[in-house]
Amino acid sequence: MVSAITPAQVDLSVRIGSLTLANPIMPASGTFGPELAQVFDLGLLGALVTKSVTPEARAGNPLPRLAETEGGVLNSIGIPGKGLDHFIATQVPDWRRFGAPVVASLSAPTVAAFADAARRLAETPGIAAIEANISCPNLEEDGRAFAMHPEPAAAATAAMRRAVGATPLWVKLSPNTGDIAAVARAVEAEGADAVVAVNTILGLAIDIETGRPKLGAGMGGFSGPAFKPIALRMVWQCAQAVRVPVIGVGGIASAADAVEFMMAGATAVQLGTASFVSPTAMPQAIGELRAWCARKGVARAAALTGAALPATRPPVAAG
Amino acid sequence: MDGGVPPFPVEERSLRVTESAAVGRRYHRLLLDAPDLSARARPGQFFHLLCRDGAGNGPYLRRPMSIWRCGPGQPLGFLLHVKGRGTTALAALRAGDALSVVGPLGHGFTLHPDWRRVLVVARGVGLATLAPLATAAAAQGIAMEAVLSARDPADLMAAEFGGGSGAAILPVFDSDGTSEVQRVELLLRARFAEARPDAVFTCGSNRLFLLLQRLAAEHGIPGQVALEQQMGCGLGMCFCCVRQVRDATGEVANLRVCAEGPVFDLQAALAW
Repeated sequence: MVSAITPAQVDLSVRIGSLTLANPIMPASGTFGPELAQVFDLGLLGALVTKSVTPEARAGNPLPRLAETEGGVLNSIGIPGKGLDHFIATQVPDWRRFGAPVVASLSAPTVAAFADAARRLAETPGIAAIEANISCPNLEEDGRAFAMHPEPAAAATAAMRRAVGATPLWVKLSPNTGDIAAVARAVEAEGADAVVAVNTILGLAIDIETGRPKLGAGMGGFSGPAFKPIALRMVWQCAQAVRVPVIGVGGIASAADAVEFMMAGATAVQLGTASFVSPTAMPQAIGELRAWCARKGVARAAALTGAALPATRPPVAAG
Repeated sequence: MDGGVPPFPVEERSLRVTESAAVGRRYHRLLLDAPDLSARARPGQFFHLLCRDGAGNGPYLRRPMSIWRCGPGQPLGFLLHVKGRGTTALAALRAGDALSVVGPLGHGFTLHPDWRRVLVVARGVGLATLAPLATAAAAQGIAMEAVLSARDPADLMAAEFGGGSGAAILPVFDSDGTSEVQRVELLLRARFAEARPDAVFTCGSNRLFLLLQRLAAEHGIPGQVALEQQMGCGLGMCFCCVRQVRDATGEVANLRVCAEGPVFDLQAALAW
C-alpha cells in the first residue's frame, strides 16, 4: 500500500553538512555555465557548481578537446579560465543573481596554492561551499593528481580546512585510484564536509586513420552513461567508508539515475555530460524525482540516501 | 509575435520532420515544422541536433547544424553534407519522424541597412549557412553576388542557395579549374572593380576565407565569416569548440564558436 502523497507534497530538500539544498540535483563542474540560463531558470537547481577556477589564468589544452565514444565522451579541456581574481570580481556576482547556492569549484597545482585560493574564496560573499577539485586528471603529468593517493589528498584537504574557517568544504575524488574508500576516509579525517564521487576516469581514443590520439592532449577524462556503473560502485564504497555526505556524480542523466545513486549512499547528485545531450536534463530530473517519490510514497527524498546499502532497511515499497 | 526576446530564448524541443530528401549525390535537406522557432532564428545561427534515425540509432552527442531556411511562415530547414554517423542518421529521418533540436544558438550575420550590395563566397555545404543571408538581403533590398565553389556542376546547388532571392550566382568548379584560388582571386578583383560590395561574407573553405580576408583588407571592405567546429554542448559550457580569433583589443584569444560565433569579423578570425 503506497501512501497518498502528491508531487507537490514531496520534500526534496537535502542537507550537506550545514548547508541545506532545495533539492538534490546540481550540475557537475565543468559541464555547466551561466549560458544554460538561456534554457531554463537556474534558480531551480539545488546548487550551482562553477567550472573549476585556478589561481592563475589558463589558456586550456590543444584541440581537439572532446572525443565521442559509445555512450560517453572523453575530454581534455585543460581548465581554461581567467583566474581567481576575475572569478571573484566578475563571475561570482554573476552567479549570485540566480538565487541557488553557489559552489565554487577550485583547482590548484600545489597544496599552498589550494590553501591560498580557498581562503580567498571563503572570504568572498555569496559562496555557499567550495568544491576542491583535487582529482582533475588533466592537470598533472600523466594525469597524476592529488586524489590518486590518500596522503596528498589529505594534505590538500587539511591545508584548505585550516584556510576556509566555517565555509563548507567539499572534496571531489578521482576514480583514478586503487582505493577510493581510503582516499575518502583520508579527506574526511582532515575535515572535508562532504566528498564528491567521482570525477572523470582517464581514458583514451585513437584515430586509426592517423594513428594519433583523438584528443589533442592524448589522454582524457571519460564521462557519460557508460561510466555510470563504475561511479555508482565508488559512491557505494565511499558511503560505507565515511560519515560525511557523499555527492554522487558520473553518468547520471535522469531522476532514475539520481535515485540509484541516492540508494547507493549519495545525499545529492550532479549531472554533467547529460546536459550536453539534453540541456533540460536537470530540471527534468527534478520534476521526475518529485513525481517518482510521490508515486512511491516517499515523503522526503532524503530518505532515499543509503536505501540500498547493506544493513540499511529499504524504506521504499517494492514495485 | 511581438518580436521580443523570450525569457528562455534557447529551447530544447522535439520537432516533426515535414520533408526529408536527398539533394544531389552527397547532400540532404530536412524541413521541420516549428513556426515560432523559424520566425525567431536568424541567418548564421545554428541548431544543435540530436542525430537519431527513426529507430533511435545515432551518435551520443548532438551535432551543430547551421540554419539553411528560416523566417516567418517558413519551415525550419537544414541542408547537410552526409558524411559521418550524425548526418547519416539525420538523412535516414522521414517525414513524420521526430527530431530533437536545441536552439536557435549563436550569433548570426549582420546586415547593415545602409548597404546596397554584398558579395558572398561559399564552398560546398558552406552555401547552406549563407543561403538564408541571400533571403534576408533580398528582403532588405540589398543586391547579392554569390561566388559558389563546387566540385562540378552536379554539386553546385545553386537553387538551394538562391531560392527566390534573386542573388546573382557566379559558379566556379574543380572540374574545369575555375575554383582554383588564383582564378577566384581574379574573379573577385574583377567584381570589386566593377561593382564594389559594401560587405563580403564567406563560409566553407579555409583557402577561400584567407583569400577573401586578404582582398577585403586590401580594398577596405568589411566582412564576416561563419566558422565551423566540433562542439560538445553548443551553448558555451564545455569550451571544446574554440578557435583563435582576435578580440576587441587585438589580442588573439580562444573564442567559442558556439557562443561568441559562429559568425566572426572576417579580419578577426585566424585561419584554421
